[in-house]
Amino acid sequence: MLEIKDLCVDYGGIHALSGISMTVPDGKIVTMVGSNGAGKSTTLRTISGLVKAKSGSVKADGRELLGLPINKVLEAGIAQVPEGRRVFSNLTVLENLRSGAYLRRDKDGIEEDIRWIYSLFPILKERYWQPAGTLSGGEQQMLAVGRGLMSRPRVLMLDEPSLGLAPLVVQGIFSIIKEINKRGVTILLIEQNANMALKIADYAYVLETGRISIEGPGAALLDDDRVKEAYLGKYRG
Amino acid sequence: MNFIARWFPYILSGVSVGGQYALIAIGYTMVYGILRLINFAHGDIFMAAGIMMIYLSAVMPLGGAVLLVLLLTMFLGFSVDRIAYKPLRSAPRMSVMISAIGVSYLIQNTVAYLTGGLTKQFVEIPWISDTVTILGASTKRVTLITPALTIVLVVALVFLINRTKVGMGMRAVSRDFETSLLMGIRINSVISITFIIGSFLAAVGSILYFTNYTGVTYTSGAMPGLKAFVAAVFGGIGSIPGAVVGAFVIGICETLLKGMGLTAFSDAFTFALLVVILVLKPTGLFGENIKEKV
Repeated sequence: MLEIKDLCVDYGGIHALSGISMTVPDGKIVTMVGSNGAGKSTTLRTISGLVKAKSGSVKADGRELLGLPINKVLEAGIAQVPEGRRVFSNLTVLENLRSGAYLRRDKDGIEEDIRWIYSLFPILKERYWQPAGTLSGGEQQMLAVGRGLMSRPRVLMLDEPSLGLAPLVVQGIFSIIKEINKRGVTILLIEQNANMALKIADYAYVLETGRISIEGPGAALLDDDRVKEAYLGKYRG
Repeated sequence: MNFIARWFPYILSGVSVGGQYALIAIGYTMVYGILRLINFAHGDIFMAAGIMMIYLSAVMPLGGAVLLVLLLTMFLGFSVDRIAYKPLRSAPRMSVMISAIGVSYLIQNTVAYLTGGLTKQFVEIPWISDTVTILGASTKRVTLITPALTIVLVVALVFLINRTKVGMGMRAVSRDFETSLLMGIRINSVISITFIIGSFLAAVGSILYFTNYTGVTYTSGAMPGLKAFVAAVFGGIGSIPGAVVGAFVIGICETLLKGMGLTAFSDAFTFALLVVILVLKPTGLFGENIKEKV
């Protein structure tokens, strides 16, 4: 379980996060929606250790993560799939997957996980020898998710996996996210595409300028008038 | 036959000089590939290896001296990064470059101080300094060893980069610091390894290079360093095969010009080549040109 309490982050004198608290229970899909600049990415980047927090706490099963180096957070079982996919374009598809397992030493386990990821994303198996830079946007996103899974995380944090992808591709990615979750991986999903995210989420938080304004089960938020108005677009007629 | 007899010695020596430039150029190109930094101190690390060789071989057997020079030069490269570049990782690139120029002068001046600014006689290394005759051309054995050793080291290096986990880490870090961190790659270790490898190759190059010259002084690293840098740019900075090819081209052209009696122009030719390549193909022969989809 991931527990975030009163997390405050300053970016060059600006409050990026002013005291957010949230819980990501084991085995669930938790999503955080909100508009551009609300602090969603900052939240993930603080959890993974890329950004220093000003105050607050982030605990994984009671163990404080704040202040740990990035590789220790990863070892604690929390992996981040960065915004914009960020695959290593000069590495092959297979090498990208292996880079996700950089800290692991169990060769057999790594091979097993590669086979699992190939079964989730058969296109990656077909293209395993290609430089990742030659993949399409959707394929790169699949690779980024697969690479994130290669550390065998307990919690996978996804930063805007739908960004810049065609609706059909987004649907594919989201159904895979559900499948990964069924395999026991806890998901913390950040999205601007609130509609898609809320549909698959067990619990959801709405972030507005560094504060959580609304929270509740995903389905409940889909019906919430305030959420509808701000993030889902008003229904006409 | 006359033609071959006339030019073969120059080509031979050109290949050898090219190999020496290649060993230096790889250090430039690897550091650039990862940090996007021209390590101006690299030529001086090369020179420092030569000076250390002179001092150490005076107090110990040659084998021990060579080994210690290799180790100390690797340590020097490692320290330069840790002291002068690492604190500036998130600083603008210009700051790191100025720091590199500072390190370059620091090494030069330290050596000038230690040697009193005098040219120190380089060690006579038996066997590799021996004269051998090949196809009617007589030359020092080092001329033959250099290109062979260069090729062996380059093949080993390419294997390391393309086939090992550390190499994969280096390629990942060269593309994206932050994502590498997210994969758990310790980028500072990877960068240190890069400096250590580059300095090791420069030390090997240094011992081979100065064997052909009478002495080493504190500015001895400047010219070979610059030429190796030109070789790296010519081949496409960031590319190891590019640096090697560029170094051999420059080494051979230079000695051929000397053979034509145009010694005075041989340096000018190298730098003219730099201008031409920067105008015609700024990315160099094998410069990065990977198509990326957004």
